[in-house]
Amino acid sequence: MHIQALQDSSWWPVLWSVLKILAVVVPLLLAVAYLTLAERKVIGYIQVRLGPNRVGFKGSLQPIADAIKLLFKEIIIPSSANRFLFLAAPVLAFVPAMLVWAAIPFGPGMAISDMNAGLLYVLAIAGLGVYGIIVAGWASNSKYAFLGAMRAAAQLVAYEIAMGFALVGVLMVAQTLDLSKIVEAQAGGGFWSWYWLPLFPFFLVYFISGVAETNRAPFDVAEGESEIVAGFHVEYSGMAFALFFLAEYANMIFVSILTAILFLGGWYPPVNLPPFTWIPGTGWLIAKTAFLLFVFLWIRATFPRYRYDQIMRLGWKVFIPVTIAWIVVIGIALETPLRVLLR
Amino acid sequence: MTLNITSILFYAFSLVLLGAATMVVIARNPVYATLYLVLTFFSAAAIFLLLGAEFLGLILILVYVGAVMVLFLFVVMMLDINLARLKEGFLSYLPLGLAIAALGVLELAMVYWTAPMGQVPAPAPFPGNYDNTRALGYVLYTQYLYPFEIAAAILLVAIIAAIALTLRRRSGSKNQRTEEQLLVRAKDRVHLVDLRIKKH
Repeated sequence: MHIQALQDSSWWPVLWSVLKILAVVVPLLLAVAYLTLAERKVIGYIQVRLGPNRVGFKGSLQPIADAIKLLFKEIIIPSSANRFLFLAAPVLAFVPAMLVWAAIPFGPGMAISDMNAGLLYVLAIAGLGVYGIIVAGWASNSKYAFLGAMRAAAQLVAYEIAMGFALVGVLMVAQTLDLSKIVEAQAGGGFWSWYWLPLFPFFLVYFISGVAETNRAPFDVAEGESEIVAGFHVEYSGMAFALFFLAEYANMIFVSILTAILFLGGWYPPVNLPPFTWIPGTGWLIAKTAFLLFVFLWIRATFPRYRYDQIMRLGWKVFIPVTIAWIVVIGIALETPLRVLLR
Repeated sequence: MTLNITSILFYAFSLVLLGAATMVVIARNPVYATLYLVLTFFSAAAIFLLLGAEFLGLILILVYVGAVMVLFLFVVMMLDINLARLKEGFLSYLPLGLAIAALGVLELAMVYWTAPMGQVPAPAPFPGNYDNTRALGYVLYTQYLYPFEIAAAILLVAIIAAIALTLRRRSGSKNQRTEEQLLVRAKDRVHLVDLRIKKH
Protein backbone atom coordinates (compact mmCIF):
# COMPACT_ATOMS: atom_id res chain seq x y z
CA MET A 1 0.00 0.00 0.00
CA HIS A 2 1.27 3.46 -0.83
CA ILE A 3 1.96 5.88 1.98
CA GLN A 4 -0.43 8.44 0.47
CA ALA A 5 -3.30 5.94 0.29
CA LEU A 6 -2.60 4.96 3.90
CA GLN A 7 -2.66 8.57 5.01
CA ASP A 8 -5.98 9.16 3.30
CA SER A 9 -7.71 6.19 4.93
CA SER A 10 -9.97 6.80 7.90
CA TRP A 11 -7.76 4.60 10.11
CA TRP A 12 -4.76 6.88 9.66
CA PRO A 13 -5.32 9.01 12.86
CA VAL A 14 -5.53 5.86 14.98
CA LEU A 15 -2.51 4.28 13.29
CA TRP A 16 -0.52 7.52 13.59
CA SER A 17 -1.28 7.71 17.34
CA VAL A 18 -0.22 4.10 17.83
CA LEU A 19 3.03 4.77 15.95
CA LYS A 20 3.73 7.86 18.09
CA ILE A 21 3.06 5.89 21.28
CA LEU A 22 5.41 3.12 20.15
CA ALA A 23 8.07 5.70 19.25
CA VAL A 24 7.98 6.92 22.86
CA VAL A 25 7.38 3.72 24.83
CA VAL A 26 9.93 1.44 23.14
CA PRO A 27 12.92 3.80 23.67
CA LEU A 28 11.58 4.52 27.16
CA LEU A 29 11.58 0.86 28.19
CA LEU A 30 15.05 0.42 26.69
CA ALA A 31 16.18 3.49 28.64
CA VAL A 32 14.72 1.98 31.83
CA ALA A 33 16.61 -1.27 31.19
CA TYR A 34 19.89 0.53 30.63
CA LEU A 35 19.28 2.90 33.53
CA THR A 36 19.46 -0.11 35.86
CA LEU A 37 22.84 -1.00 34.33
CA ALA A 38 23.99 2.64 34.54
CA GLU A 39 22.94 2.75 38.19
CA ARG A 40 24.97 -0.34 39.07
CA LYS A 41 27.97 0.88 37.06
CA VAL A 42 27.93 4.45 38.45
CA ILE A 43 27.49 3.34 42.04
CA GLY A 44 30.12 0.66 41.44
CA TYR A 45 32.69 3.19 40.25
CA ILE A 46 31.82 5.60 43.10
CA GLN A 47 32.49 2.74 45.52
CA VAL A 48 35.70 1.72 43.66
CA ARG A 49 34.16 -1.46 42.21
CA LEU A 50 33.60 -2.46 38.60
CA GLY A 51 29.88 -3.18 38.71
CA PRO A 52 28.37 -5.87 36.45
CA ASN A 53 31.02 -6.90 33.90
CA ARG A 54 30.37 -10.53 32.91
CA VAL A 55 27.32 -10.62 30.60
CA GLY A 56 28.18 -9.27 27.15
CA PHE A 57 30.88 -6.68 26.52
CA LYS A 58 31.74 -5.12 29.93
CA GLY A 59 28.31 -6.15 31.24
CA SER A 60 26.35 -4.47 28.45
CA LEU A 61 23.84 -7.34 28.19
CA GLN A 62 23.17 -7.48 31.94
CA PRO A 63 19.68 -5.80 31.71
CA ILE A 64 18.62 -8.38 29.08
CA ALA A 65 19.74 -11.21 31.37
CA ASP A 66 17.86 -9.63 34.29
CA ALA A 67 14.70 -9.27 32.20
CA ILE A 68 14.82 -12.92 31.09
CA LYS A 69 15.37 -14.05 34.68
CA LEU A 70 12.37 -12.04 35.93
CA LEU A 71 10.14 -13.24 33.07
CA PHE A 72 10.71 -16.90 33.92
CA LYS A 73 10.32 -16.57 37.68
CA GLU A 74 7.18 -17.83 39.36
CA ILE A 75 4.72 -15.23 40.66
CA ILE A 76 3.99 -16.28 44.22
CA ILE A 77 0.70 -15.12 45.75
CA PRO A 78 0.65 -15.25 49.56
CA SER A 79 -2.11 -17.58 50.77
CA SER A 80 -4.04 -14.92 52.71
CA ALA A 81 -3.49 -12.07 50.25
CA ASN A 82 -6.34 -10.40 48.42
CA ARG A 83 -5.72 -12.12 45.09
CA PHE A 84 -7.36 -9.59 42.76
CA LEU A 85 -5.87 -6.45 44.30
CA PHE A 86 -2.50 -8.17 44.77
CA LEU A 87 -2.26 -8.69 41.01
CA ALA A 88 -3.86 -5.33 40.13
CA ALA A 89 -1.41 -3.27 42.21
CA PRO A 90 1.65 -3.59 39.92
CA VAL A 91 -0.53 -2.55 36.98
CA LEU A 92 -1.84 0.44 38.98
CA ALA A 93 1.78 1.49 39.58
CA PHE A 94 2.95 0.90 36.01
CA VAL A 95 0.11 2.49 33.99
CA PRO A 96 0.42 6.08 35.39
CA ALA A 97 4.20 5.87 34.95
CA MET A 98 3.59 5.31 31.22
CA LEU A 99 0.59 7.69 30.86
CA VAL A 100 2.53 10.79 31.95
CA TRP A 101 4.72 10.48 28.84
CA ALA A 102 1.74 11.40 26.63
CA ALA A 103 2.25 15.11 27.35
CA ILE A 104 6.06 15.31 27.33
CA PRO A 105 7.36 17.32 24.33
CA PHE A 106 10.67 15.98 22.99
CA GLY A 107 11.18 18.90 20.65
CA PRO A 108 9.09 21.69 19.09
CA GLY A 109 5.72 20.03 18.43
CA MET A 110 7.11 16.55 19.14
CA ALA A 111 4.66 15.18 21.72
CA ILE A 112 2.12 12.34 21.59
CA SER A 113 -0.52 14.89 22.58
CA ASP A 114 0.37 18.58 22.58
CA MET A 115 -2.32 19.58 25.07
CA ASN A 116 -2.69 23.10 26.44
CA ALA A 117 -2.94 21.94 30.06
CA GLY A 118 0.09 19.64 29.86
CA LEU A 119 1.62 20.69 33.18
CA LEU A 120 -1.63 20.04 35.02
CA TYR A 121 -1.99 16.68 33.25
CA VAL A 122 1.45 15.40 34.23
CA LEU A 123 0.97 16.57 37.82
CA ALA A 124 -2.44 14.86 38.06
CA ILE A 125 -1.36 11.57 36.47
CA ALA A 126 1.97 11.39 38.33
CA GLY A 127 0.02 11.54 41.60
CA LEU A 128 -1.86 8.35 40.71
CA GLY A 129 1.18 6.09 41.04
CA VAL A 130 0.74 6.03 44.81
CA TYR A 131 -2.34 3.82 44.46
CA GLY A 132 -0.19 0.96 43.19
CA ILE A 133 1.99 1.23 46.29
CA ILE A 134 -0.86 1.53 48.81
CA VAL A 135 -2.92 -1.25 47.24
CA ALA A 136 0.16 -3.50 47.06
CA GLY A 137 0.88 -2.93 50.74
CA TRP A 138 -2.67 -3.64 51.80
CA ALA A 139 -3.36 -6.61 49.50
CA SER A 140 -0.14 -8.41 50.52
CA ASN A 141 -1.55 -8.89 54.02
CA SER A 142 1.93 -8.49 55.48
CA LYS A 143 2.92 -5.99 58.15
CA TYR A 144 6.17 -5.02 56.44
CA ALA A 145 4.40 -4.35 53.16
CA PHE A 146 1.68 -2.42 54.98
CA LEU A 147 4.17 -0.25 56.89
CA GLY A 148 5.96 0.51 53.62
CA ALA A 149 2.68 1.48 51.97
CA MET A 150 1.69 3.79 54.83
CA ARG A 151 5.07 5.50 54.73
CA ALA A 152 4.87 5.91 50.98
CA ALA A 153 1.37 7.41 51.16
CA ALA A 154 2.29 9.98 53.82
CA GLN A 155 5.49 10.90 52.00
CA LEU A 156 3.81 11.31 48.62
CA VAL A 157 1.03 13.52 49.95
CA ALA A 158 3.57 15.70 51.80
CA TYR A 159 5.91 16.22 48.85
CA GLU A 160 3.21 16.60 46.24
CA ILE A 161 2.16 19.90 47.84
CA ALA A 162 5.69 21.35 47.69
CA MET A 163 6.01 20.03 44.14
CA GLY A 164 2.72 21.66 43.14
CA PHE A 165 3.78 25.01 44.61
CA ALA A 166 7.10 24.82 42.73
CA LEU A 167 5.17 24.28 39.50
CA VAL A 168 2.84 27.20 40.33
CA GLY A 169 5.95 29.41 40.27
CA VAL A 170 6.90 28.13 36.83
CA LEU A 171 3.47 28.79 35.37
CA MET A 172 3.34 32.26 36.96
CA VAL A 173 6.46 33.24 35.05
CA ALA A 174 5.67 31.33 31.85
CA GLN A 175 1.96 32.38 31.92
CA THR A 176 0.93 29.03 30.40
CA LEU A 177 0.30 25.40 31.32
CA ASP A 178 1.50 24.18 27.92
CA LEU A 179 4.84 22.39 28.33
CA SER A 180 6.04 23.34 24.82
CA LYS A 181 5.30 27.01 25.46
CA ILE A 182 7.06 26.85 28.84
CA VAL A 183 10.19 25.69 27.00
CA GLU A 184 9.75 28.36 24.32
CA ALA A 185 9.49 31.02 27.05
CA GLN A 186 13.04 30.09 28.09
CA ALA A 187 14.53 30.74 24.65
CA GLY A 188 16.94 33.58 23.99
CA GLY A 189 20.02 33.99 26.10
CA GLY A 190 20.94 30.30 26.36
CA PHE A 191 22.01 29.05 29.77
CA TRP A 192 21.22 32.31 31.58
CA SER A 193 17.65 32.67 30.30
CA TRP A 194 16.53 29.26 31.59
CA TYR A 195 14.23 29.22 34.61
CA TRP A 196 16.72 27.60 37.01
CA LEU A 197 18.20 31.05 37.72
CA PRO A 198 15.17 33.23 38.65
CA LEU A 199 13.33 30.22 40.10
CA PHE A 200 16.31 28.65 41.84
CA PRO A 201 14.43 27.71 45.07
CA PHE A 202 11.69 26.06 42.97
CA PHE A 203 14.32 24.21 40.93
CA LEU A 204 15.88 22.73 44.08
CA VAL A 205 12.54 22.01 45.77
CA TYR A 206 11.12 20.41 42.63
CA PHE A 207 14.09 18.13 42.04
CA ILE A 208 14.40 17.05 45.69
CA SER A 209 10.62 16.49 45.88
CA GLY A 210 10.97 14.46 42.70
CA VAL A 211 13.56 12.26 44.39
CA ALA A 212 11.16 11.87 47.33
CA GLU A 213 8.13 11.18 45.09
CA THR A 214 9.95 8.37 43.29
CA ASN A 215 10.92 6.83 46.65
CA ARG A 216 14.60 6.97 45.79
CA ALA A 217 17.49 7.19 48.24
CA PRO A 218 17.89 9.10 50.55
CA PHE A 219 14.05 9.14 50.82
CA ASP A 220 13.57 5.41 50.22
CA VAL A 221 11.93 4.66 53.58
CA ALA A 222 9.00 3.05 51.73
CA GLU A 223 11.42 0.26 50.80
CA GLY A 224 13.81 0.63 53.73
CA GLU A 225 15.68 -2.67 53.35
CA SER A 226 17.27 -2.40 56.78
CA GLU A 227 13.98 -1.79 58.62
CA ILE A 228 11.04 -3.28 56.72
CA VAL A 229 12.82 -5.70 54.34
CA ALA A 230 11.63 -4.26 51.02
CA GLY A 231 8.52 -2.35 52.03
CA PHE A 232 5.46 -2.50 49.85
CA HIS A 233 6.82 -5.01 47.31
CA VAL A 234 8.25 -7.53 49.79
CA GLU A 235 5.75 -10.23 48.78
CA TYR A 236 6.15 -9.77 45.02
CA SER A 237 8.23 -11.90 42.67
CA GLY A 238 8.81 -12.31 38.95
CA MET A 239 7.10 -9.96 36.51
CA ALA A 240 4.81 -8.50 39.19
CA PHE A 241 7.92 -7.22 40.95
CA ALA A 242 9.44 -6.17 37.62
CA LEU A 243 6.42 -3.91 36.92
CA PHE A 244 7.06 -1.99 40.17
CA PHE A 245 10.69 -1.76 39.18
CA LEU A 246 9.86 -0.49 35.68
CA ALA A 247 7.44 2.07 37.13
CA GLU A 248 10.05 3.39 39.59
CA TYR A 249 12.72 3.82 36.92
CA ALA A 250 10.29 5.27 34.35
CA ASN A 251 9.24 7.78 37.03
CA MET A 252 12.89 8.69 37.64
CA ILE A 253 13.36 9.42 33.94
CA PHE A 254 10.08 11.36 33.94
CA VAL A 255 11.10 13.59 36.88
CA SER A 256 14.46 14.23 35.19
CA ILE A 257 12.98 15.13 31.81
CA LEU A 258 10.33 17.35 33.42
CA THR A 259 13.03 19.18 35.42
CA ALA A 260 14.98 19.64 32.17
CA ILE A 261 11.85 20.99 30.44
CA LEU A 262 10.73 23.32 33.22
CA PHE A 263 14.02 24.64 34.58
CA LEU A 264 16.85 23.76 32.19
CA GLY A 265 15.54 25.10 28.90
CA GLY A 266 14.22 21.86 27.39
CA TRP A 267 15.59 21.40 23.90
CA TYR A 268 17.59 24.65 23.71
CA PRO A 269 21.40 24.53 23.67
CA PRO A 270 23.20 26.23 26.59
CA VAL A 271 25.02 28.64 24.27
CA ASN A 272 23.61 29.96 20.97
CA LEU A 273 26.89 29.46 19.09
CA PRO A 274 27.67 27.09 16.18
CA PRO A 275 29.30 24.06 17.87
CA PHE A 276 26.35 23.84 20.29
CA THR A 277 23.57 24.63 17.81
CA TRP A 278 24.70 21.81 15.46
CA ILE A 279 23.34 19.22 17.89
CA PRO A 280 19.55 18.77 17.37
CA GLY A 281 17.25 19.96 20.17
CA THR A 282 16.09 16.50 21.19
CA GLY A 283 19.76 15.60 21.69
CA TRP A 284 20.10 18.46 24.20
CA LEU A 285 16.94 17.39 26.01
CA ILE A 286 18.26 13.82 26.30
CA ALA A 287 21.66 15.08 27.46
CA LYS A 288 20.09 17.22 30.20
CA THR A 289 17.85 14.33 31.28
CA ALA A 290 20.85 11.99 31.39
CA PHE A 291 22.75 14.47 33.55
CA LEU A 292 19.84 14.74 36.02
CA LEU A 293 19.56 10.94 36.11
CA PHE A 294 23.25 10.83 36.96
CA VAL A 295 22.51 13.24 39.83
CA PHE A 296 19.82 10.78 41.05
CA LEU A 297 22.43 7.99 41.16
CA TRP A 298 25.08 10.28 42.61
CA ILE A 299 22.72 11.26 45.46
CA ARG A 300 21.97 7.59 46.13
CA ALA A 301 25.65 6.71 46.35
CA THR A 302 26.45 9.70 48.58
CA PHE A 303 23.80 10.21 51.26
CA PRO A 304 22.59 7.91 54.04
CA ARG A 305 18.83 7.35 54.37
CA TYR A 306 16.79 10.12 56.02
CA ARG A 307 15.08 9.42 59.30
CA TYR A 308 11.32 9.21 58.75
CA ASP A 309 10.29 12.15 60.96
CA GLN A 310 12.93 14.32 59.31
CA ILE A 311 11.51 13.51 55.87
CA MET A 312 8.16 14.83 57.08
CA ARG A 313 9.83 17.90 58.61
CA LEU A 314 11.69 18.67 55.38
CA GLY A 315 8.51 18.37 53.33
CA TRP A 316 6.05 20.22 55.52
CA LYS A 317 8.18 22.68 57.49
CA VAL A 318 10.95 23.57 55.06
CA PHE A 319 9.86 23.12 51.45
CA ILE A 320 6.28 24.38 51.71
CA PRO A 321 7.21 27.68 53.49
CA VAL A 322 10.14 28.22 51.10
CA THR A 323 7.96 27.74 48.04
CA ILE A 324 5.15 29.95 49.39
CA ALA A 325 7.64 32.72 50.19
CA TRP A 326 9.18 32.52 46.71
CA ILE A 327 5.73 32.56 45.06
CA VAL A 328 5.13 35.91 46.84
CA VAL A 329 8.53 37.18 45.67
CA ILE A 330 7.78 36.14 42.06
CA GLY A 331 4.29 37.63 42.29
CA ILE A 332 5.68 41.00 43.43
CA ALA A 333 8.46 40.90 40.84
CA LEU A 334 5.94 40.29 38.04
CA GLU A 335 3.98 43.43 39.02
CA THR A 336 7.00 45.75 39.16
CA PRO A 337 9.64 46.73 36.58
CA LEU A 338 11.66 43.77 37.88
CA ARG A 339 9.65 41.59 35.50
CA VAL A 340 12.28 42.15 32.79
CA LEU A 341 14.48 39.80 34.83
CA LEU A 342 11.90 37.03 34.52
CA ARG A 343 10.95 37.29 30.84
CA MET B 1 -29.07 11.78 17.43
CA THR B 2 -25.85 10.73 15.76
CA LEU B 3 -23.70 8.14 17.46
CA ASN B 4 -20.24 9.53 16.90
CA ILE B 5 -17.11 8.58 18.84
CA THR B 6 -17.63 11.34 21.44
CA SER B 7 -21.11 10.16 22.39
CA ILE B 8 -19.97 6.51 22.49
CA LEU B 9 -17.19 7.56 24.91
CA PHE B 10 -19.66 9.66 26.90
CA TYR B 11 -22.04 6.72 27.38
CA ALA B 12 -19.16 4.37 28.21
CA PHE B 13 -17.79 6.71 30.90
CA SER B 14 -21.30 7.42 32.24
CA LEU B 15 -22.04 3.71 32.56
CA VAL B 16 -18.76 3.11 34.38
CA LEU B 17 -19.48 6.11 36.61
CA LEU B 18 -22.99 4.93 37.56
CA GLY B 19 -21.84 1.33 38.06
CA ALA B 20 -18.90 2.39 40.23
CA ALA B 21 -21.09 4.79 42.25
CA THR B 22 -23.55 1.97 42.94
CA MET B 23 -20.69 -0.30 43.98
CA VAL B 24 -19.45 2.34 46.45
CA VAL B 25 -22.72 1.90 48.33
CA ILE B 26 -23.12 -1.87 48.11
CA ALA B 27 -19.49 -3.10 48.23
CA ARG B 28 -18.95 -5.25 51.32
CA ASN B 29 -15.30 -4.39 51.77
CA PRO B 30 -14.65 -0.70 52.72
CA VAL B 31 -11.34 -0.73 50.80
CA TYR B 32 -13.21 -1.85 47.67
CA ALA B 33 -15.79 0.87 48.26
CA THR B 34 -13.02 3.49 48.43
CA LEU B 35 -11.39 2.18 45.25
CA TYR B 36 -14.77 2.27 43.49
CA LEU B 37 -15.12 5.90 44.59
CA VAL B 38 -11.74 6.58 42.95
CA LEU B 39 -13.09 5.03 39.74
CA THR B 40 -16.21 7.22 40.03
CA PHE B 41 -14.11 10.40 40.27
CA PHE B 42 -11.95 9.23 37.40
CA SER B 43 -14.95 8.66 35.12
CA ALA B 44 -16.38 12.05 36.09
CA ALA B 45 -13.04 13.65 35.17
CA ALA B 46 -13.13 11.86 31.81
CA ILE B 47 -16.62 13.29 31.13
CA PHE B 48 -15.33 16.79 31.99
CA LEU B 49 -12.52 16.24 29.48
CA LEU B 50 -15.03 15.19 26.81
CA LEU B 51 -16.88 18.47 27.42
CA GLY B 52 -13.66 20.37 26.78
CA ALA B 53 -13.37 21.42 30.44
CA GLU B 54 -9.83 20.13 30.82
CA PHE B 55 -9.04 22.30 33.84
CA LEU B 56 -11.97 20.97 35.90
CA GLY B 57 -11.30 17.38 34.86
CA LEU B 58 -7.61 17.48 35.71
CA ILE B 59 -8.17 19.35 38.98
CA LEU B 60 -10.71 16.68 39.95
CA ILE B 61 -8.05 14.01 39.43
CA LEU B 62 -5.32 16.07 41.06
CA VAL B 63 -7.26 17.03 44.20
CA TYR B 64 -9.75 14.23 44.78
CA VAL B 65 -8.03 11.20 43.27
CA GLY B 66 -4.45 12.27 43.94
CA ALA B 67 -4.81 13.60 47.49
CA VAL B 68 -8.22 13.26 49.18
CA MET B 69 -8.85 9.63 48.25
CA VAL B 70 -5.30 8.64 49.17
CA LEU B 71 -5.98 9.88 52.70
CA PHE B 72 -9.39 8.14 52.68
CA LEU B 73 -7.75 4.87 51.68
CA PHE B 74 -5.07 5.46 54.31
CA VAL B 75 -7.69 5.78 57.06
CA VAL B 76 -9.93 2.94 55.82
CA MET B 77 -6.97 0.57 55.72
CA MET B 78 -5.80 1.54 59.20
CA LEU B 79 -9.20 1.10 60.86
CA ASP B 80 -10.59 -2.30 61.67
CA ILE B 81 -14.11 -1.70 60.41
CA ASN B 82 -16.85 -4.00 61.60
CA LEU B 83 -19.05 -4.58 58.55
CA ALA B 84 -22.02 -5.94 60.47
CA ARG B 85 -22.25 -2.80 62.61
CA LEU B 86 -21.76 -0.60 59.59
CA LYS B 87 -24.73 -2.17 57.81
CA GLU B 88 -26.95 -2.15 60.91
CA GLY B 89 -28.91 1.02 60.19
CA PHE B 90 -29.22 0.30 56.46
CA LEU B 91 -32.95 -0.44 56.42
CA SER B 92 -33.94 2.41 58.72
CA TYR B 93 -32.03 4.92 56.58
CA LEU B 94 -33.30 3.45 53.31
CA PRO B 95 -36.61 5.46 53.09
CA LEU B 96 -34.79 8.76 53.69
CA GLY B 97 -32.11 7.85 51.14
CA LEU B 98 -34.70 6.89 48.54
CA ALA B 99 -36.62 10.12 49.17
CA ILE B 100 -33.47 12.21 48.57
CA ALA B 101 -32.66 10.19 45.45
CA ALA B 102 -36.22 10.70 44.14
CA LEU B 103 -35.90 14.45 44.74
CA GLY B 104 -32.67 14.49 42.72
CA VAL B 105 -34.29 12.59 39.84
CA LEU B 106 -37.26 14.98 39.95
CA GLU B 107 -34.99 18.01 39.72
CA LEU B 108 -33.16 16.50 36.75
CA ALA B 109 -36.49 15.73 35.10
CA MET B 110 -37.60 19.33 35.56
CA VAL B 111 -34.48 20.51 33.76
CA TYR B 112 -35.36 18.24 30.85
CA TRP B 113 -39.00 19.35 30.82
CA THR B 114 -38.11 23.00 30.46
CA ALA B 115 -35.73 22.15 27.59
CA PRO B 116 -36.62 18.77 26.03
CA MET B 117 -33.76 16.57 24.85
CA GLY B 118 -32.40 17.40 21.44
CA GLN B 119 -33.71 20.95 21.62
CA VAL B 120 -30.99 22.26 23.90
CA PRO B 121 -28.91 24.54 21.68
CA ALA B 122 -25.36 23.28 21.34
CA PRO B 123 -22.82 25.68 22.90
CA ALA B 124 -20.91 27.78 20.39
CA PRO B 125 -17.68 26.05 19.33
CA PHE B 126 -14.63 27.41 21.05
CA PRO B 127 -12.18 29.52 19.05
CA GLY B 128 -8.90 27.79 18.19
CA ASN B 129 -6.78 29.48 20.84
CA TYR B 130 -9.36 29.05 23.59
CA ASP B 131 -7.68 28.25 26.90
CA ASN B 132 -10.02 26.80 29.50
CA THR B 133 -7.70 27.51 32.43
CA ARG B 134 -7.10 31.11 31.43
CA ALA B 135 -10.83 31.77 30.89
CA LEU B 136 -11.70 30.31 34.30
CA GLY B 137 -8.92 32.33 35.95
CA TYR B 138 -10.17 35.61 34.44
CA VAL B 139 -13.71 35.00 35.67
CA LEU B 140 -12.63 33.85 39.14
CA TYR B 141 -10.38 36.83 39.77
CA THR B 142 -12.66 39.52 38.34
CA GLN B 143 -16.39 38.76 38.34
CA TYR B 144 -16.39 36.27 41.23
CA LEU B 145 -13.50 37.70 43.23
CA TYR B 146 -15.41 38.20 46.50
CA PRO B 147 -17.16 34.79 46.61
CA PHE B 148 -13.82 33.21 45.71
CA GLU B 149 -11.98 35.01 48.51
CA ILE B 150 -14.75 34.18 51.01
CA ALA B 151 -14.54 30.50 50.05
CA ALA B 152 -10.77 30.63 50.54
CA ALA B 153 -11.18 32.29 53.96
CA ILE B 154 -13.71 29.63 55.04
CA LEU B 155 -11.28 26.88 54.01
CA LEU B 156 -8.49 28.57 55.95
CA VAL B 157 -10.69 28.76 59.04
CA ALA B 158 -11.55 25.08 58.61
CA ILE B 159 -7.84 24.16 58.39
CA ILE B 160 -6.97 26.12 61.53
CA ALA B 161 -10.00 24.74 63.38
CA ALA B 162 -9.11 21.16 62.46
CA ILE B 163 -5.56 21.64 63.73
CA ALA B 164 -6.75 23.39 66.90
CA LEU B 165 -9.25 20.59 67.65
CA THR B 166 -6.75 17.76 67.24
CA LEU B 167 -3.63 19.37 68.66
CA ARG B 168 -2.96 18.00 72.13
CA ARG B 169 0.11 18.91 74.08
CA ARG B 170 1.13 16.30 76.56
CA SER B 171 3.38 17.53 79.32
CA GLY B 172 6.63 15.69 79.74
CA SER B 173 6.71 14.14 76.26
CA LYS B 174 10.22 13.78 74.92
CA ASN B 175 10.24 15.27 71.47
CA GLN B 176 13.27 16.42 69.55
CA ARG B 177 13.73 19.99 68.45
CA THR B 178 15.65 19.90 65.23
CA GLU B 179 16.63 23.57 65.45
CA GLU B 180 18.34 22.98 68.80
CA GLN B 181 19.96 19.82 67.51
CA LEU B 182 21.40 21.69 64.56
CA LEU B 183 22.77 24.49 66.76
CA VAL B 184 24.84 22.07 68.83
CA ARG B 185 28.60 22.27 68.28
CA ALA B 186 31.16 19.61 69.09
CA LYS B 187 32.59 21.58 72.03
CA ASP B 188 29.15 21.57 73.73
CA ARG B 189 29.02 17.80 73.76
CA VAL B 190 32.56 16.52 73.90
CA HIS B 191 34.69 17.61 76.81
CA LEU B 192 38.32 16.59 76.53
CA VAL B 193 40.03 16.06 79.84
CA ASP B 194 43.79 16.06 80.05
CA LEU B 195 44.67 13.08 82.21
CA ARG B 196 48.37 13.00 82.97
CA ILE B 197 49.58 9.81 84.48
CA LYS B 198 52.03 10.80 87.14
CA LYS B 199 55.18 8.78 87.39
CA HIS B 200 56.54 8.42 90.82
